[in-house]
Amino acid sequence: QCGTQSLTSSRSYYADKVARIGSQPDKQSSEYQENYDRMQALVDELKVRTEKIKLANPGGGEKARRLHTSRGKLLPRERVDRLLDPGSPFLEFSQFAAHELYGKEEVPAGGILTGIGRVSGVECVVVANDATVKGGTYYPITVKKHLRAQEIAQQNHLPCIYLVDSGGANLPRQADVFPDRDHFGRIFYNQARMSSEGIAQIAVVMGSCTAGGAYVPAMADESIIVRKQGTIFLGGPPLVKAATGEEVSAEDLGGADLHCRKSGVTDHYALDDNHALHLARKAVRGLNYRKTIQVTTEPSEAPLYPPEELYGIVGDNLKRNFDVREVIARIVDGSKFDEFKAFYGDTLVTGFSRIFGYPVGIIGNNGVLFSESAKKGTHFIELCCQRNIPLIFLQNITGFMVGREYEAGGIAKDGAKMVTAVACANVPKITVIIGGSYGAGNYGMCGRAYGPRFLYMWPNSRISVMGGEQAATVLATITKDQRAREGKEFTAEQEAAMKEPIVRRFEEEGSPYYSSARLWDDGIIDPADTRMVLGLSLSAALNAPLKRTRFGVFRM
Amino acid sequence: RGVRFFSGGVARIEKVLIANRGEIACRVMRTAKKMGVRSVAVYSDADKHSMHVAMADEAYHIGPPPSQQSYLCMEKVLEVAKKSGSQAVHPGYGFLSENTEFAEACKQEGIIFIGPPSSAIRDMGIKSTSKHIMSAAGVPIIGGYHGEDQSNQRLQAEAAQIGYPVMIKAVRGGGGKGMRIACSDADFLEQLESARREARKSFNDDVMLVEKFVEDPRHVEVQVFGDMHGNAVYLFERDCSVQRRHQKIIEEAPGPGIDAEVRRKLGEAAVRAAKAVSYVGAGTVEFIMDAQHNFYFMEMNTRLQVEHPVSEMITGTDLVEWQLRVAAGERLPLLQDDITLRGHSFEARIYAEDPENDFLPGAGPLLHLSTPPPDQHTRIETGVREAGDEVSAHYDPMIAKLVVWGEDRPAALKKLRYCLRQYNIVGLNTNIDFLLSLSGHPEFQAGNVSTSFIPQHYADLFPAAEAPAGETVCQAALSLVLQERQHTQEFAQSSTDLFSPFGSGSGWRNNIQFNRNVTLQLGDRKVDVLVVYNKDGSYTMQTGEEEYHVSGDLEADGGALFLRCSVDGVRSRPKLVVLDRTVHLFSTEGSAQVSVPVPKFLAAVSGAGAQGGAVAPMTGTIEKVLVKAGDRVAVGDPLMVMIAMKMEHTIRAPKSGVIKKVFFSEGSQANRHAPLVEHISEEAETDRQISASG
Repeated sequence: QCGTQSLTSSRSYYADKVARIGSQPDKQSSEYQENYDRMQALVDELKVRTEKIKLANPGGGEKARRLHTSRGKLLPRERVDRLLDPGSPFLEFSQFAAHELYGKEEVPAGGILTGIGRVSGVECVVVANDATVKGGTYYPITVKKHLRAQEIAQQNHLPCIYLVDSGGANLPRQADVFPDRDHFGRIFYNQARMSSEGIAQIAVVMGSCTAGGAYVPAMADESIIVRKQGTIFLGGPPLVKAATGEEVSAEDLGGADLHCRKSGVTDHYALDDNHALHLARKAVRGLNYRKTIQVTTEPSEAPLYPPEELYGIVGDNLKRNFDVREVIARIVDGSKFDEFKAFYGDTLVTGFSRIFGYPVGIIGNNGVLFSESAKKGTHFIELCCQRNIPLIFLQNITGFMVGREYEAGGIAKDGAKMVTAVACANVPKITVIIGGSYGAGNYGMCGRAYGPRFLYMWPNSRISVMGGEQAATVLATITKDQRAREGKEFTAEQEAAMKEPIVRRFEEEGSPYYSSARLWDDGIIDPADTRMVLGLSLSAALNAPLKRTRFGVFRM
Repeated sequence: RGVRFFSGGVARIEKVLIANRGEIACRVMRTAKKMGVRSVAVYSDADKHSMHVAMADEAYHIGPPPSQQSYLCMEKVLEVAKKSGSQAVHPGYGFLSENTEFAEACKQEGIIFIGPPSSAIRDMGIKSTSKHIMSAAGVPIIGGYHGEDQSNQRLQAEAAQIGYPVMIKAVRGGGGKGMRIACSDADFLEQLESARREARKSFNDDVMLVEKFVEDPRHVEVQVFGDMHGNAVYLFERDCSVQRRHQKIIEEAPGPGIDAEVRRKLGEAAVRAAKAVSYVGAGTVEFIMDAQHNFYFMEMNTRLQVEHPVSEMITGTDLVEWQLRVAAGERLPLLQDDITLRGHSFEARIYAEDPENDFLPGAGPLLHLSTPPPDQHTRIETGVREAGDEVSAHYDPMIAKLVVWGEDRPAALKKLRYCLRQYNIVGLNTNIDFLLSLSGHPEFQAGNVSTSFIPQHYADLFPAAEAPAGETVCQAALSLVLQERQHTQEFAQSSTDLFSPFGSGSGWRNNIQFNRNVTLQLGDRKVDVLVVYNKDGSYTMQTGEEEYHVSGDLEADGGALFLRCSVDGVRSRPKLVVLDRTVHLFSTEGSAQVSVPVPKFLAAVSGAGAQGGAVAPMTGTIEKVLVKAGDRVAVGDPLMVMIAMKMEHTIRAPKSGVIKKVFFSEGSQANRHAPLVEHISEEAETDRQISASG
């Protein structure tokens, strides 16, 4: 195991000898400018959409927010801001959860806010219900987002703080919320399991916690409740009346006074939201937790090139090639990159670098994967696992090479090696989809199924089993062959008419918003923020002790 | 031991006891050190850690804080003088400096009292005696008639003799009642009758006295020095006209607008006065002066004055050195013709007091103190060193004297104001801002000073509180944000993970621009500032309708913290002191103080008192306790009476409710801002319990 001390002094001697990568782009070229404008437009759209979500429910949201604040309650984002160390960053996840997912029903951000931020110097996962969105009730995607946040907490050993303000399960959708393994009940299962692993669970009751929701504070290690606002009960006043005829106010049934003085369900009594958040910060101080990282660090250094140049380099046209090294040059410390096997299997770029001082092994695509590229990737992943170096995947991949020659060369076998290596690697893996993510390439480059600690998408990216054009062509060819067997005609118009909806559908379903709405990723990010997002993600990931990797059988 | 006279009658002073404290003790020690004389300090319990104790070669404890039991206790001081083997005692000013008994006692013990002979002290200490002596010596004194003959003719004749204008005053009068001014013979009788009528009505007595009336007089005093060989010289005059509570706050030398002729006359009159009592050592002859520069003897102070440095500055002398040498029997180092006046000097007295509140004296620890850098022309005479030193409630609340010298009056004044702005104190109210507005007043700049300067220009000197400029609000908000940023980084520094971006205070959010509301307390006004964190590390700040682009960082420089900032492109570098929840900004343009309101839940913790005001306004002694636990009080009911800075303060209930606990008993000492009672309104009761646990 590497020590945790910084190697600044001994390394600086070599610092200037480290290869710096990247080149000055020709900003006057029409390609650069077109790319830049297109990407800028996508980023603008991303920001506009996020700002809209921030305001929660354009239209009805204003009214709901006013009602919320008129009760002296803070809005969920304000709660998070005041919980965190002042002015410290917040890595928010899945802002586009539920985006256009429930038809006309808008559930901004899935009605729940999740992310990682520092509280009293400790990186914590924060889960905050948004009561201004459908009373904070859990839609299926809300459950998924809550569970994903817990998964992140569990994988990275981050204390959880739940800012609870929720009416519980969304009753009309109970069938998609309640019964299954990864449904509502899993929240409490996770709380219990995490607590058993020593991952602190802190609940702050800032609104209602009804029925199942009552278990969030009840299952927490330590809980705080706001007087006259927080309530906890298994059955609310209407249910009690229906069941026993007893008439009781919400406050008497499950308010702060009851739970802090009589039932003991909650531990700390807060006068208002601010006080509750202050108490939560104190609770975190009381955890006696100190992050100990098992990798070396060095003072961080900004890249040599401004990150906005990524817009002009990458653009939105996935058919245009770009050198992934130019992307790496705008992400890593000092644009320093020690490339590994530079001349072998060069459609895959691998090498060592640092981001915010943390060591990383970077794997990026520079074209379709060949056998050599896959074997090189496998070798590199083995190295990183051996050395406890987190892996960053910059995914822009159409897939593994097809064709007789390559099948004969064992591309499936070599691709499987890389997939095995990715699947088994226990070092933190973080994936950013910076372009296309198609077919088995998604697997080899650590797609969602391969358990990356975090997965982010750029707004220009696309994810699907294959490109829309290819899919339409495949389907058209099959139809054409079938028609031919039946002796029927298949005109060019007919073919076009058939392909068009397929292309459109792939286009729609391949969109990062479509993906993010379903939580296939942890969020869409501005390419210019990639370095920051990776830095924060690495910092969070290094809270968990590193586990040794044992690889499966590599088919030789 | 004792005084050994060598040939020529010169004694050797090798060790001097300084029977004083604070800045003057330090001042004397500085010269003693320079001359190779060892210094002995005395101190009370309150001064254990004071600067003068640290500065002395030896220091002796002489009792509890009250002066009567320490610095004023002759036996103890003499005892120390003997024990330490001091050949001389320097009394400084105040305390034992004009005590004939003490001077006598020193002589008996064979210890040199650095001051005039006890006879001179005695003669000058009795007003009527001193006036007689002065009159006889040809020193102009203020005329008056205090006779029994109350006839109109006699009074009018006396008035004519004194010279108009005169003041007609009821002998039993007071508070301005039975007092009239007659400007000429023509209106004398009318005014006399009017005064008598009022006096009869008010005191049932119409005996009148007549005195010379000096309108808006100036207070001008002359520094004199005598030796044992019959020499006496003057070191020119000082103007100390500007006063508050009958105490000087700003002095200068020479007096503005006084010509050489008057200066010489003043000096010669003062020397005559000194010679008339065979004066030895440093003394000051005080005169009042009218608009025509006529002057009249008031009194003579037989000690080194607080404001002596201005005379030193314009004559290039060290009066303490002179004192020591003259006390040892040496001749005056300079004779009159050798003493030349050069340039102009100001002294501003920096007091712990609240000018806004009738100059109410204050006391307590200095939480932050920084001074202008001293140099040849800038002297900081002080008895406190740095943050943590205390202005004791037991003694004079003067923190320091700022003395400057310039080629002429405008140059010296400019220097004074420049230095005052660099004199930054946090922790207690001071008169620094007041001194700035005073010294900046056009009439003061023109040298038109008189003892009624402050009342005359009251409105100008105490301008209505102005809303702080948006720029100031931005600077304060920026200071707070940057301060927090530092705290955030400190968390990071304490971990093994030094470079994590989570440790930055950038306010980074994905896809959203982070902004936050900062509420600032400016006086009694609350101001909301919306702080937007821009990507480039700068901030956009909105307050009211205004929007500012703000950036900057904190810079530590020589123990002080500076805010290097830019507000809408204007760069500045105010000194920054952040204490508790208050930001103090000091720049060459003035100072500003901005607080963050205490959140409700913390306010409740610190007790009802701290919020509501049932706290000690300053450090002092509890004289009377008027309530007990369980009492129900209404707003404004008196709770306690405190004695602080020799004044009585009644502490009243800030709100109605029940007294839960009384924290102080009669006779005990309460520190500034200490809650005096636990005082609870029903509403607040639960709040308090809860947040106390939280």
